[in-house]
Amino acid sequence: MDETIKKSLQATACKVRMGVLTGTFHAKSGHPGGSLSIADLLTYLYCVKMHVDPKNPEMADRDRLVLSKGHTAPALYAILAERGFFDKKELESLRHIGAMLQGHPCIEIPGVDMSSGSLGQGISAACGMALAGKINSASYHVYTILGDGEIEEGQVWEAAMFAAHYGLDNLTAIVDNNGLQIDGKITEVCSPEPIDKKFEAFGWHVIVVDDAHDFDKLEAAFNEAESISGKPVAIIQKSVKGKGVSFMENQVSWHGAAPNAEQYEQGMNELKAALAEVEA
Amino acid sequence: MADIKKKATRESYGEALTELAEQYPNLVVLDADLAAATKTGIFKKAYPDRFFDCGIAEANMMGVAAGLATTGMIPFASTFAMFAAGRAFEIVRNSIGYPHLNVKIGATHAGISVGEDGATHQCNEDIALMRTIPGMTVIVPSDDTEAKAAVKAALDFEGPVYMRFGRLAAPILNDPATYKFELGKGVTLRDGKDITIVATGLMVGEAVNAAETLAAEGIDARVINIHTIKPLDEDLIVKAAQETGKIVTVEEHSIIGGLGSAVCDCVAAKCPVPVTKIGVNDEFGHSGPAVDLLKQYGLSVENIVATVKKVLGK
Repeated sequence: MDETIKKSLQATACKVRMGVLTGTFHAKSGHPGGSLSIADLLTYLYCVKMHVDPKNPEMADRDRLVLSKGHTAPALYAILAERGFFDKKELESLRHIGAMLQGHPCIEIPGVDMSSGSLGQGISAACGMALAGKINSASYHVYTILGDGEIEEGQVWEAAMFAAHYGLDNLTAIVDNNGLQIDGKITEVCSPEPIDKKFEAFGWHVIVVDDAHDFDKLEAAFNEAESISGKPVAIIQKSVKGKGVSFMENQVSWHGAAPNAEQYEQGMNELKAALAEVEA
Repeated sequence: MADIKKKATRESYGEALTELAEQYPNLVVLDADLAAATKTGIFKKAYPDRFFDCGIAEANMMGVAAGLATTGMIPFASTFAMFAAGRAFEIVRNSIGYPHLNVKIGATHAGISVGEDGATHQCNEDIALMRTIPGMTVIVPSDDTEAKAAVKAALDFEGPVYMRFGRLAAPILNDPATYKFELGKGVTLRDGKDITIVATGLMVGEAVNAAETLAAEGIDARVINIHTIKPLDEDLIVKAAQETGKIVTVEEHSIIGGLGSAVCDCVAAKCPVPVTKIGVNDEFGHSGPAVDLLKQYGLSVENIVATVKKVLGK
């Protein structure tokens, strides 16, 4: 990847992370851990890969993204705000009464392609969008992001079976494999491992990204995904929950807790420093 | 009675989809390995490219329907009521109801008249479940004519619709040449001043027959067919409450949460009158021939007549 582009993506990802902290801090609730682990992924998709137009969010041939792990909405809202789908000020009223930004993605928000949040459901909707693309010979691609804990839901595997059966090669599912869910490590709660072999067995082309915070590796994975025809693609991205905020990294306690004022300030300072370094 | 033609409304569903497919190019049909039973097999045969079997995976089917609808397609997600409203309830609520997507749910094999398959497949709870979802339209057609008209009305309506069809052949009461279906509007089948019988689905014919028996005994019962449970035709119900003072509801569904409850909600708020509910009591069904089960559970002309007389103290 071109160094200038990479720097620009890194800078945007820093801003997305700031948006996650801002949203959850002002909401006094929400899910920063899993939001921070997909900040780079969302940045790459919305700034490089996806054909979208912030001025025309309903554009018929747009690429679509369903955030199946809907609790990480703060990251989705932050990247949508970065891309100009709505004003960044909205992030400060996340989860507030009467606000546009709901606790989980809502289809009425500009740029949000599907309501989600009840785990296991987003991937089915993504399958429906991809199927419609096939029926209508449409050019768009559908992305869906799942949590590694989320794939414990049986519906995910119903959808996995469906997508392979109908050869939905216009669908890419990304599993955010940060290894942690609310009750602890995924391997200790009720292990969904081996994730790659499961998707393979269901007829998917599987790509494992060993560092979800490396844009070169994300780019290589999505380029490979694009070259696959006849079957859906699953990208298993190894990520760090809470990535970018030192005291949140790999801490399950930050799955669903908001930073207090002091923690917010510390986190923002770390991200500001990281941004300054990237922009230097 | 013998010369009245009969047809199961599930068959009307499959036929209507097939008849309307050309006029509505965005119409697609999903099923969950029950196409032969839900009668979407008729559509599948005529339009194989617009039929998608989801296998025995109703949760995913509802989600796929939601995704299709976001792109402007009009999916008809089809399976038994037990699985559509029961098993997939939360997906219908969150993936279809909450984003208010234009998905049509064709639920067949509703009620106790499923018969021999027994309690696991006799869904007496679907109307209750579906009416609790904000923005969900709930339609229970009474015969072939009404079922076909309901499918067309659902297609012309923007938003989620739950349609309830039966397995058992039902008498065709309405003439397709003259019948007009209006979403959300009840139909007064017989005028009367002593009491009103409000019925839906398979029970509409029984209610009409009961009213005729009652008439012979000097009781003048009004009969209203409520094919759209939600939104309920409140004006018609309130008018009946005002003019007849007493209501008996009849449905092939639990007495908890269905037509009877919807009518009670309405009259309690707008014109309180006594309402007596006939339906499946708070119990499960069991195996047996459909006609025998209907009798056993009080979903019969005899029980409607007896109940009305009791309510009137006669």
